[in-house]
Amino acid sequence: MSAVSETGLASRAAAHASLVAARRLRPAEIAFWLMPIAGYFLFPDRLALLSEIAILGLFALSLDILLGFAGIVSLGHAAFFGLGAYTAGILGKYGWTEPLSGLAIAALVAGAVGFITSFLVLRGNDLTRLMVTLGVSLMLAEAANRLGWLTGGADGLTGVMIGPVFGVFEFDIFGVTAYWYAVGVLFVLFCLARYLASSVFGLTLRGIKGNSLRMAAIGAPVNLNLVTAYTIGAAYAGVAGGLLAQTTQFASLDVLEFQRSAEVLLVLLIGGSGYLYGGLIGAVLFKLMHDLLSDLTPQYWQFWLGILLVVLVLSSREGVRGLYLRVAARFARSRHPGRKGGAA
Amino acid sequence: MNAIASPGVAGSTALAAEGLVKHFNGITATDNVSLTLPRGARHALIGPNGAGKTTLINLLTGVLKPSAGRILLAGEDVTTASAQQRVQRGLARTFQINQLYAELTPLETLVMAIMQRRGNLMRWWQPVTRQREACDEAVALLERLGLGSVMAERTSTLAYGKRRLLEVALALACQPQVLLLDEPAAGVPHGERDEILETISELPRDVTLVLIEHDMEMVFRFAERISVLVSGALAMEGTPEEVAASPLVREVYLGGAHATATAAHARKGA
Repeated sequence: MSAVSETGLASRAAAHASLVAARRLRPAEIAFWLMPIAGYFLFPDRLALLSEIAILGLFALSLDILLGFAGIVSLGHAAFFGLGAYTAGILGKYGWTEPLSGLAIAALVAGAVGFITSFLVLRGNDLTRLMVTLGVSLMLAEAANRLGWLTGGADGLTGVMIGPVFGVFEFDIFGVTAYWYAVGVLFVLFCLARYLASSVFGLTLRGIKGNSLRMAAIGAPVNLNLVTAYTIGAAYAGVAGGLLAQTTQFASLDVLEFQRSAEVLLVLLIGGSGYLYGGLIGAVLFKLMHDLLSDLTPQYWQFWLGILLVVLVLSSREGVRGLYLRVAARFARSRHPGRKGGAA
Repeated sequence: MNAIASPGVAGSTALAAEGLVKHFNGITATDNVSLTLPRGARHALIGPNGAGKTTLINLLTGVLKPSAGRILLAGEDVTTASAQQRVQRGLARTFQINQLYAELTPLETLVMAIMQRRGNLMRWWQPVTRQREACDEAVALLERLGLGSVMAERTSTLAYGKRRLLEVALALACQPQVLLLDEPAAGVPHGERDEILETISELPRDVTLVLIEHDMEMVFRFAERISVLVSGALAMEGTPEEVAASPLVREVYLGGAHATATAAHARKGA
């Protein structure tokens, strides 16, 4: 064998190894997923809050698929959350009580509406996208208000019955089943999202977000990829909404409200977008801040939350992750004064 | 997949423009331009600023639709084809200002481009790490362009000259039959331009190259034929010697006697 082909083989192997290394499971990820288990044992009387965190985390993850990976901004992501919530709730009310198939149908309905509206969202720039997504969600909210015979209107959808998970685990008053159900669904969908992010599709989305002009110039089907990402993001949001309706056995108009769209955007910005964990970390921090501050100052908690958010955004544009990276870089510099700062 | 031409049609036309016209709000940016590039041509497109070079490129690549005229790629009419379809039929370009992916490594960039070219829907959902063939092809291309040592570094951290080479590598990953090079050495210090020109000269002869360039030395060293664009129209077309000798060209573009000397010097050097 000649020397040339040997070095060729070596660099091929090195190249492949670099691709593998960038997508390897990190110890911090395993530690992160031990948190829900620890939470269950540490806070057995706060399972309702923990379930809310898991559902909000899934909702923020669904927005991350749009914003962090495909670069599509949205001010109306609650449209799909609400669609999922009402779909799962209405199914439960009218006799379709099996929870997992109910979630799947919620995902299908939200995904289908996401697919149809994605063609509106593709047109124009960020500003028009904000307006179009907002418009779609406002229309759906008004529709849910008007269709009171189906949705319960302003009174909310009551009488939702949900059967046992896997036909075995009944939803209990302590919220144990609800908690593990929400965390389990979140975990499975997160793994799927992580897989998609490491696929050719995920790499293409990063390319489109990074430079859509060049993507078109190398012959990539840009719009097809964006439509797919938007549809998947919508379906994920539908599952999150479905989880809320199933675990609380209730759905009301606020699942479609603008406030929910704005809140999930905030959650994602707190955690940082584009690396999948941002939505989950943001959900934990947001809910904990909310819980803590509203305990301390029940009347003014939003004021303190606002201050914390402004400080966070001013100190780091990439949320807590950016903050962490900056602190880590400074720490590395102070330990190795001769070297130039690393992580940034 | 790109159609690979058989050697029998080696003499055929790779890219042709017939009477291209483009109006913008009453201004004629491209004025009845016709070009014929035989397969394997080494063609340069020159002209002063505002001559309509960029508009012409955008018309050829499908970013803009012409007001009149036709574009033929390997004999097929692609006037109404989208930019994406033209890339798939073998027309690629580089950009005067780098259009790269700051967050990706050169390796990831090329693997991504190669996967677009293959367009395999089954593989679309597979992990990037399983694309061994695309990875091997990307490594071979990166090494050919002297980017082997930086292939796993983030593009945003690369030296400017390396990014310029990646710009060319990315276009080559599309396996073009016709490659439009928009000032490939723009912004590169004079001493490092040779590396880029060498890379371009070493491209296989069945790829048709069109160079849009300001650097006259580079144009005369590279091109076998030159088209001169003035005010959107084709002022003349000819060999480097003919262009350098043309009084018209010297007047509007080259600025006098200097050009003849440059051309003669470049020919001797080549």
